[in-house]
This record gives sequence, structure tokens and C-alpha cells, in this order.
Amino acid sequence: MSSRDLILARVRRALADVPRDDTPYDQAFERGYLREHGDRSVEQTVDLLAENLADYRARVHRCDADGLAATIAGLLAERGSTSVVVPTGLDPEWLAATAVTRVADRLDSTPAELDRVDSVVTACAVAIAETGTIVLDGGPDQGRRRITLVPDHHICVVRVPDQVVSSVPQGLERLDPARPLTWISGPSATSDIELDRVEGVHGPRTLEVVLVSAE
Amino acid sequence: MSGGTFVGMPSFPKAAHEAVHNQTLRGNLRHATHTIRAKRANAVAEVSDWAELREAGKQIKDHTLRHLDRYLVQLEESVTAAGGTVHWAADADEANRIVTYLVKATGESEVVKVKSMATQEIGLNEALEAEGINAYETDLAELIVQLGKDRPSHILVPAIHRNRGEIRDIFAREMSEWGRPAPEGLTDTPAELAEAARVHLREKFLRAKVGVSGANFMVAETGTLVVVESEGNGRMCLTLPETLISVVGIEKIVPTWQDLEVFLQTLPRSSTAERMNPYTSTWTGTTDEDGPQTFHLVLIDNGRTDTLADEVGRQALRCIRCSACLNVCPVYERAGGHAYGSVYPGPIGAILSPQLRGTQSEIDASLPYASSLCGACYDVCPVAIDIPEVLVHLRERVVEGGVVTRDGAKVVLKPAKGHAAERAAMRAARWAFGHPGALRTGQRFASRTRRFHPRTLPGPGKAWSETRALPAVPAEPFRDWWQRTHGGKDASK
Repeated sequence: MSSRDLILARVRRALADVPRDDTPYDQAFERGYLREHGDRSVEQTVDLLAENLADYRARVHRCDADGLAATIAGLLAERGSTSVVVPTGLDPEWLAATAVTRVADRLDSTPAELDRVDSVVTACAVAIAETGTIVLDGGPDQGRRRITLVPDHHICVVRVPDQVVSSVPQGLERLDPARPLTWISGPSATSDIELDRVEGVHGPRTLEVVLVSAE
Repeated sequence: MSGGTFVGMPSFPKAAHEAVHNQTLRGNLRHATHTIRAKRANAVAEVSDWAELREAGKQIKDHTLRHLDRYLVQLEESVTAAGGTVHWAADADEANRIVTYLVKATGESEVVKVKSMATQEIGLNEALEAEGINAYETDLAELIVQLGKDRPSHILVPAIHRNRGEIRDIFAREMSEWGRPAPEGLTDTPAELAEAARVHLREKFLRAKVGVSGANFMVAETGTLVVVESEGNGRMCLTLPETLISVVGIEKIVPTWQDLEVFLQTLPRSSTAERMNPYTSTWTGTTDEDGPQTFHLVLIDNGRTDTLADEVGRQALRCIRCSACLNVCPVYERAGGHAYGSVYPGPIGAILSPQLRGTQSEIDASLPYASSLCGACYDVCPVAIDIPEVLVHLRERVVEGGVVTRDGAKVVLKPAKGHAAERAAMRAARWAFGHPGALRTGQRFASRTRRFHPRTLPGPGKAWSETRALPAVPAEPFRDWWQRTHGGKDASK
């Protein structure tokens, strides 16, 4: 007998005492929890996102669409970055105000090459206010997972309010499980030394989130 | 470099006896558990529907376990459809053989690992080492344990028993053995220690061709795996290598994508007391041109189906390994994780280990007693595992023996040795309560002779009374007092 069949047979024997129940899963129990916590206006939800991002040591910036290129250019200059990884589908306008060297997100680039790049700029798929989380789904304006991981400085642009949801349940609804997802809540951190939180281990140690409003 | 193993551990009371005399250990544990306790309470208070989330988590897990065969098959189908390969392992040896074979097939002799309880449980690092493959732990705490040739002592923070000074010494002494040495003049500030770990591990991440992980959740409906972490070492291992091998217990399934909305709210708040952990990665099979192009999922039983067969004990399989129960446990706080003799310490370990491994060894037979039954572990559990109930159930099994399932077959356990006095006492109590006249006579005799009672018990009760004060016998039995003051009548009638 294969181990597959063995394990499945053991599971069935182990459950011999359990009465058969073919209730469809969506009726099997009550989901009594909330879809979101609290009653907030759209502006308040965006403010909460900013507050919670900052609480976990992300640096939060706000601007309108016209000011985005200047904001990004300013952040790269402030950091002293000389190179930046750019996903293939990123709006070129976003980087129009900086002369920093662009490095394309190429399939054949090695992790070591990526390690020599100073910064990365991406968009995101959705942002969750209650937890201060941005989610990347590998879309053309976000690139491969590794480009937001290896460089030490990540600038992530969130379009507000349309990319912002209140809660984890609302966030999951908007995401496609077939895509590889990366949920980011603040920069890399550890609590492994005396259970005190320290920011900055293996992932980017500086996370800057730019909340850009439509007009 | 594999660190110690738990084989041949002494029983819990012996191991704990030594641990409680270690002042540094007690200090480290007290500081860490009290820090996290206070933070967790705040994180939970932020969500007004905690009780409902907890109930939903319990229901989802119970439902999954009740139909585990169906969901396992569904998961296999969806992972395969997404480009992954599914392997099944009945026990630790088989899982280790499969992973070793898969690593060798890549031609590589080193792997980078995301912290994973399942691979700790099966002793994967040791098995790989025996075949000439180096497995590098990349979680900071696991690195501390591995470099210190130590054993993990906590589910979430395996190096919780070490303070910053000890960690500095381990890094300064051992890092050069395995790669980039610690910088000169390394101090014990957590930021500097984290930086040393970053530099040491980065060279391994950047050249790694094979990653090994566990998973916090597997979604049957979509074939998605989920890893929840903080440092980014998980993301490194899950995305930079060409081949990813995930080793996961069969109980880690949730039926649907939507179910994650419950656990992604309760797990971070319960474990690190955060609204959300810094990084969560999900992947569904392989993705063209992004991340590992070869993905293997190794599903392990290793005692889980035996645990599932126990009507009371099966609820332990709901566990999402948050470790909240460790942080509130007065016994864990004083004894430390090593005393539990298993990768699963604390209250959950006390019910999980004896079920996964059976209660035949000295350490496993002693674990159901490694508790004061105060119930704090049940109160904090985000999937409402009634740990005290299972502890009492397992104590009964140890003392009385009975029918259990081992390796899928029903066997009859003999009562464990060393519990003769307890069994005799229970038998005597059963007889006395069935004979009220004898009970009354006995109680009166005990009251009248109370001046002559010893402070400790003789004979087989000696060990018990060494660590406990014997209760004082009252001057008058309760039943006599009731008869005297109430005339034997209920005042309300």
C-alpha cells in the first residue's frame, strides 16, 4: 500500500466514531465575526492605514498625483541612492523627476546583482488599514517577489483611497490566490532577542509608503 | 552543527527540577514571557470580535479534521494542478528519506531553511547531515540555537532561554565556523546582533539553490501554502532558490481561501502580539518567471492520524502553533522549554507530544503531569483547545492504560509503572464514597487524631509530599458540622 493510501485509510479509521455530515461548507457553521472593526469614513480609513504603518516603523508620505514624481525623487535623493530596480509595468512618470540609474527587473539577473542595487520602487495590489499592511501580488507594476526583498530600501506607492480596504477579510476578497502574494506590515523585524522587537533583519530595513491621492 | 536532540530525555519532573535552579534561565524566561503577555492582551483587546474569531477558528479546524481525508485529496489535486508535486510520508523516517532524495536530485549539498516545527519534529537537519547535506537555519532564533549547538525551547522564539549577552558570545565564538565571522567588537545590543546575523546569512541566501520550509496553512480549495514570519528570511528561502520543498503536517489544512481571514487575524495577535506580522507569503504551486520553478509538498502523518483517533485528544490537532499557551503558563515560565523533552514544549507540548509519540517513554508518560491545570492556556488559545481537559484525559490513560491507536492500529496500553499508589488511592476513595458509614467513621477518626499526623507521607507517598504541604485535617468533619449547625436540613426549604 502506498503511504498516500495508508494515511487516507488511517484518517478514515480514526474518524469511525464521527457521524457523517454532508452539510455544505458554507452552511457548516456560523461566521459570527465582523467584516471590519469600527465605522469609519473613507478618509478615516486612509488615516488609520497611515497611522498603523507608522506604528510598525514604516515611513509614510502623502502627496497627490502631480506631486508623486517629485516625492519619489526626493526619497531616493535623501537616501543617497544611485540605482533603483523598476518593475516592467511601473508608470514611467513616477520616476520622471529623478536621474538615478534604472535597473530593469530581469529574469536572468542574479540575486547577487540585485543585492548591489540601492532601492526599489513598486506599486501594490491592496492595502489594509486595520493592520497597516500592503499586499503585493506580482503584477506588472510590482515585479517579481525578490525585487522587493533583496534591496535594502523599498518605496511602495499606494493609490488612495481606491486601493485601501479596512480589514483583513476585505483584503482577501480582493486578492487572487493563484498569484504569489507578499503581505508587508512595516520593515523586516525580529522579536527573537528577549522578545523585544527590533527592526531590520533580512528584508528591506527601510520601508517607505507613499499614499498618493487621485487629484 | 545539528544541535542536540531530545532522545533519551529524563522525565519532566527531573528535567524541571534542574531547570528551576538555573537563575539565568528563570530570569530570561520571566522577562520574555511577561513582556509578551502584556502586549498580547493589548493586541487582542483591539479586536472587539475576538470571541467570535476564536469560535470560527475552532469550527473551521474541527470541520477540517472531521473531513480530513476529503480535504487532503482536494489539496493534492489543487497543488498538482498548480504545478507542484505532492509526496506522502507516514512517519519521520519516510519524510526524511523523501526530502533527502529530492535535495540530492538537484545535485546540491546545502539547503537554506525557514523555521519549521514539522522539520524539527522529524529531525530533518540531522537526517540531511548524515547524507552530507548542510541545512542552514535562517531564522535568527534558530540560528542562535544551531550555532550554540543547543535545542529549541519555545515554539515561536526557540532561543527564548538565551539573553543578549549569551547570544553575543555564541555569535562571536561560532559564526566563523559556518561562514562570515561576527564583526570585531560585537556588542550585545539587539540591533547589532541582528545586523551580524543579516551579514552572516546573506551570503547563504544569495547562493542558495534549494529552500526547505514548513507552512502555517494550506488551502485545500486553491492549493495555496502560507508562511507567516517577521524577518524576511522566510521570503528569502521561499523565493530565491530554484527548488522549494515544503514539509507540512496533514492537519495544517483549511478548506477555503476565505478561512485565512480568521487565522491571519488571530495568529499574529496570539503569537507575537502584533496586529500583523511583518511578512506573510502565499504561493500556489509555481509561478512562471517568479520564484522557485520546482515545488514539492511533503505531507506528513507521523502520529497525527493516531491523535485523530482519540475522541478527546484530537482537538490538539487544531493547534496553529502560536505559542500563546507557553507564554501564560506558570509551569513553562519556571521550568523552561527543554524540560518538556520535545520540540513542542509548554501546555500544547504536554498534550501533543504524548499523543504523537505515545505515552510509553518516561518523558511522555510524565508530560500530562507537567501542569497545574490552572486553565490559562485554554483561555488564551485562539482555537479554543481545552488543554486541561486533554491533560486529565491523558493522565487517566497513563494511570489506567486502555485502548489507543498506534501507527494506525488499536493497541491496549498497560497502566504505566510508578502509579500504583495513585491507583490504590483512587480505588480506596471509590470504595469509601460508596460506603457512607465507613467514610464518616474514618473522617471522625482522622479529626480526633490530627495532632499526631506527620508532615510528610511515608512509603510511596513520600515523593508526592516532598513538593507539597499536606492539607490540614479540620477539627470536625464537614458532615458533622453540617448536622450540628443545620440539623441536617436545607435552610431554603
